[in-house]
Amino acid sequence: MSRTLSAPVTVAFDYTRSTGPVLGRFLTGLREKRVVGVRTSEGRVVVPPPEFDPVTHQQVDDFVEVADTGTVTSWTWVPEPVEGQPLDRPFAFALVTLDGADAPMVHALDVSSPDQVRTGMRVRVRWAEERVGAITDVACFEPAEDAPTGSAIELGDLGANPVTGVVTPVELDYQYAASPEESAFYRAIAEGRIIGQRCPACGKVYVPPRSACPADGTPTTDEVELSHTGTVTTFCIVNVPFLGQRITPPYVSAYVLLDGADIAFLHLILDIPAEEVRMGMRVKAVWKPREEWGTTIENISHFSPTGEPDADYDTYKHHL
Amino acid sequence: MREVAVVGFAQRQMEEFDGSPTCVELLVPLFAECYEQTGWSRRDIGFWCSGSSDYLAGRSFSFVQAVDAIGVIPPVNESHVEMDAAWALYEAWLKIQTGEVDTALVYGFGKSSAGVLRRTLSLQLDPYTMTPLWPDTVSLAGLQARAGIDAGLWDERAMAEVANRSLTDAEKNEYAVRKGGSSVEELLARPMYADPLRKHDCAPVTDGAAAMVLAAGDRAREVCDRPAWITGFSHYVDPISMGTRDLTRSPSAARAAAAAGTEGVEVAELHAPFSHQELVLKRELGLADDVVVNPSGGALAGNPMFTGGLIRFGEAAKKVWQGDASRVLGHATSGPALQQNIVCTMEGRN
Repeated sequence: MSRTLSAPVTVAFDYTRSTGPVLGRFLTGLREKRVVGVRTSEGRVVVPPPEFDPVTHQQVDDFVEVADTGTVTSWTWVPEPVEGQPLDRPFAFALVTLDGADAPMVHALDVSSPDQVRTGMRVRVRWAEERVGAITDVACFEPAEDAPTGSAIELGDLGANPVTGVVTPVELDYQYAASPEESAFYRAIAEGRIIGQRCPACGKVYVPPRSACPADGTPTTDEVELSHTGTVTTFCIVNVPFLGQRITPPYVSAYVLLDGADIAFLHLILDIPAEEVRMGMRVKAVWKPREEWGTTIENISHFSPTGEPDADYDTYKHHL
Repeated sequence: MREVAVVGFAQRQMEEFDGSPTCVELLVPLFAECYEQTGWSRRDIGFWCSGSSDYLAGRSFSFVQAVDAIGVIPPVNESHVEMDAAWALYEAWLKIQTGEVDTALVYGFGKSSAGVLRRTLSLQLDPYTMTPLWPDTVSLAGLQARAGIDAGLWDERAMAEVANRSLTDAEKNEYAVRKGGSSVEELLARPMYADPLRKHDCAPVTDGAAAMVLAAGDRAREVCDRPAWITGFSHYVDPISMGTRDLTRSPSAARAAAAAGTEGVEVAELHAPFSHQELVLKRELGLADDVVVNPSGGALAGNPMFTGGLIRFGEAAKKVWQGDASRVLGHATSGPALQQNIVCTMEGRN
């Protein structure tokens, strides 16, 4: 048995960003198979265009159009591409100075081995078939040894439908490990037990357990088995629907202080109308059928009233 | 300026940490080592500052969870940077300079192995023109290495010499996760990985944590026989665009070094996660040939994210504590291809 429990976790979010006038022009151009750069105060044509001049710090406005052919100024081999890169087979990342530009841009170069790349080689943009106004409208570069040299021209009209925003999906995969104390907690939960950890210095009992006592920083050492009954210290009635909600509102989300514990944890209070839930109410864990148990807090379906008299405020006032 | 010195340091490095990315489990013993070195308890620490990132941990507010390792009753004066803890040290040094506190404990932590590190780091790039291509860290360093090779500034042999010296020196470093030199010829005979980089040119993916104690004036003298007094501390950044910088140079490193002052430095611990970057840094920092560079083995022997830089400072400070050197330099970098650089110089006084 490994020391800790772990599970794959994927964190994903689609970042939506406005582009502003400079990057908006650049991305609109890509959608139209045109590469837009900007001439800086030093007279250098830079692609992708910086939003502000690197020397004067004024907003740039001298837009030019450069060729979709260019020259490799540096490159590196990518033997093991990662998810999301322009090509899913080994390729080169390259710095390419497009004809008419004075500064290189980073993008992928589709070649099948490092033998086929060299600094100084001529390349051309391979345009994506479907273009949306994003850097990925350039699918990659491809070798173009015979491509004639192009130059910069004044930027003409880019059409009536400028790009004003981009959506960049980001997805990261992790193998997320629990701490040894959390692992012990989840292993116990899988057997129908609730365990916490006691701080050897201040005696406080934490559930779920933590590696160190948050009050004094002392590593927790003693495992403590806890009761399945406890007291509602504070609660809220959830009335607002949200994505992924599993229960129809209104319902109660509450802090439950298990008997013998010094920190309350969040769970659902069901089997009682939401408006009847109150501070001090005595509740007990309701477990799912044993065959559904795993190493998860969801083994406890919810907490339900025990019917005992409410706990005295003094018994939980330090746990609010 | 107040006199401020490094008086405590502890570190852990490993290939794969079998534990929670909150790293509380790693930090508790590191803090204990710092308390032992200084004779202090957490109540003697005036300010806490950490460096870490939720992108590495794969969870939100990981730095808040890590505060458990301190113990916060009564409440503590605490801050955080999403950068290498070397920058957290800078914040702590400034905090002491303000006169508000006399002591600080700085820490960093990161479990790089929880995700695909070189991919995760793409998220620090320009979100419009770079991140959607997921240019990984190794590739960006490869573009930089090739630019220097093509310009005749270094070659594969010079890179292998850096790697061989680092891995040989790392044999004496109990914390190094990659160690064992061979010969330049043997290294050059190994296969290319991300041409022009071989695997030994790239820092290993490393998990770890580190902690460092700062103290002002007499507070430092009380707890350390030979404190490493900070004589200069400065950081600068270059533009993030890979196209508008000369990748063979690092103007921000040069400026930071000039501001910190490198006169008389005997030992320099440089945070160069790729072999050629040490060559860039030596030039930009203007280090003379007789300066001992990375006696710990440097980042090529172990580079835990968010402490790879602070560990350089700690290794440099140890040289002062031990009396091996009088003037030392620590450097840390962040961002793609040496974009951001911080330099701290320290000295021992008799």
